[in-house]
Amino acid sequence: DLTAGTASLGGEEEHGPVPGDGAGPPAPERVLFPPTFSVSEIKNKQRRHFMFLRWKQQQRKEKLALKKKRRKEREALGDKAPPKAVPKTIENQRVYDETTVDPNDEEVAFDEATDEFAPYFNRQTVPKILITTSDRPRGRTVRFCEQLATVIPNSHVYYRRGLALKRIIPQCIARDFTDLIVINEDRKIPNGLVLSHLPDGPTAHFRMSSVRLRKEIKRKGKEPTEHVPEVILNNFTTRLGHSIGRMFAALFPHNPQFIGRQVATFHNQRDYIFFRFHRYIFKSEKKVGIQELGPRFTLKLRSLQKGTFDSKFGEYEWIHKRREMDRSRRKFHL
Amino acid sequence: MAAPTRLCHVWVGAETGALKGVNLQRKEATNHVGGSGLSRGRGVSALTWGDPAQTELLVGSLDRSVSVFSTEKGKFTGERLCPGGDGAFCGLGVLGSSIVTAVESGLVRVWGEHEAEEPLQELTAGPGLCRMRQDPTRPHLVGTGGKENGLKVWDLQRPQEPLFRAKNVRNDWLDLRVPVWERDLQFLPGSQRVVTCTGHGQVRLYDPSTPQRRPVLDAAVGEAPLTALALIPGDTSVVVGSARGDVAVIDLRKGRVLRALKGFAGGVRGLQCHPRLPLVASVGLDRFLRVHQLRDGRLRDKVYLKSRLTCVLLSTHLDWEAQEEPPPQKEVKDEEGDELWDALESVPTPRKAKKRKISGV
Repeated sequence: DLTAGTASLGGEEEHGPVPGDGAGPPAPERVLFPPTFSVSEIKNKQRRHFMFLRWKQQQRKEKLALKKKRRKEREALGDKAPPKAVPKTIENQRVYDETTVDPNDEEVAFDEATDEFAPYFNRQTVPKILITTSDRPRGRTVRFCEQLATVIPNSHVYYRRGLALKRIIPQCIARDFTDLIVINEDRKIPNGLVLSHLPDGPTAHFRMSSVRLRKEIKRKGKEPTEHVPEVILNNFTTRLGHSIGRMFAALFPHNPQFIGRQVATFHNQRDYIFFRFHRYIFKSEKKVGIQELGPRFTLKLRSLQKGTFDSKFGEYEWIHKRREMDRSRRKFHL
Repeated sequence: MAAPTRLCHVWVGAETGALKGVNLQRKEATNHVGGSGLSRGRGVSALTWGDPAQTELLVGSLDRSVSVFSTEKGKFTGERLCPGGDGAFCGLGVLGSSIVTAVESGLVRVWGEHEAEEPLQELTAGPGLCRMRQDPTRPHLVGTGGKENGLKVWDLQRPQEPLFRAKNVRNDWLDLRVPVWERDLQFLPGSQRVVTCTGHGQVRLYDPSTPQRRPVLDAAVGEAPLTALALIPGDTSVVVGSARGDVAVIDLRKGRVLRALKGFAGGVRGLQCHPRLPLVASVGLDRFLRVHQLRDGRLRDKVYLKSRLTCVLLSTHLDWEAQEEPPPQKEVKDEEGDELWDALESVPTPRKAKKRKISGV
């Protein structure tokens, strides 16, 4: 408080410094202010700014003094000092989601064991992916699709000749494809991803951002090889998160080739899914070196629809409704 | 701890075959189909009360078996197979001591008491059936509706011809035929009228007592398919739920949306209103059971039920307002401790000197 350090009796006007002297002369020793005075009442902008800076400096000094005092106390206590407080972060303060999957829950385990991805996890099907785009894609999207095809094994890129997805899907099923990826493009940059698991599986619609092609990544390694990469799925804790995690896992074959030392990571943090593709090498038991290869992008789930792509008549398992679901900064759904 | 089945306010059927009884006061759900009984092939597709006293539940599963669950005993007491036709059950009803079943291929059958018998009555309601419901005041009347299969009201005693066959609305402004997809229907109790909701986002009201076979009211509600319909006691409004999780209360006199109920993340599969209290229970694909208050649209209860849910049934004979007594506190008997305390001498507690307040400075 500005009036804290100065005696305040009666209502004398303030004597501010004379402006225009560069740094300004030091303030007089005793400045008298009326008790209910605040810096914002000074009409002159330069003087007001000066007073505000002085107040800020004073606050900072007080804060540093307090910190120093606390540190001295802590050193004085030595071993008996209380442990350092953990700072609050949004991840720490996350509202507990009741749909968080408990590994011992047998009903949820049964539900997962018999859902649409069961044939993949029981090794009955081998993933075969079709990658396509929205109609008439521009160069960046085309290159992104090609790079994505090198990252995901057994995937094929086809040009979308203005065909309707509902007509493409039965043909894909007839040709044994297990997944369909459609990269949506807007104004020459890819901004959406539709991932549909094929025989009758769920369709996830994502918003895609921060797409970086291989040449835009700094300190990258050589091209990815044909080895099957390992997959890391981080932080998919809720039931919805589990479904999405299984969708991503079903894109890659079950047998990672550790010779290739390549790994694809889907990291979920605060409902954003970050995709990275690295090559790693163990320098010793504890030290690892990694090189980022392939493309990187960020996804955010917009909706999960039961059944193959049918935006008009399909039934949705989860839709992101901003006004209802984004009320709290500490509540996440994946 | 399993909630006793007599206190379950809401019964819910799931896709995994689980039948759950939910006690709303304790927010607990008990699964009455155990770990080994769960199977996708026995997913619940229809649920109805077996008797007016609400002591028995009829559960229709995907493998065409109808099980009887007793709420008094808390277990399944019988099961019968109802073969014939293709597809899952889209309606279950009770007529006296016989069961009425309808399947998606259009076959509606009335089954007698013994399992091995042939069905007592049979009628074909056309392919692509989505729903069959019984009129609660006249149980021998059933209504059927489906995809490209308009509303038909049948009398089970005369299975050859329907009593009422609805006509499609006029061609739209481009002179194109309006497609028909009746997803759910309900009989209004005061009169002969039937209200339906369609997969193209329309709510329609038909009146068989008038010569007009076209709907008396045709209201468009959003664009998403409407998958569930429930009547609000009072006869002038209905609650509809869509495949995208938009639930609205529609006024049947004008066809306007009165109120929207919020909080749904996924498509709604089942809706039911309580006959006396202003509450509506809803279940859907987002694995939650929600109970909303109709007067202000507030969410009252939300229970997570782990599997995708398909059917909901309210237990209306129960007193929902009654507060449950807390379980009697078990008295902890510590006999050794008691003896020890008895042996000690009692010391009189010192009187605290009364502090006198000093008022004023």
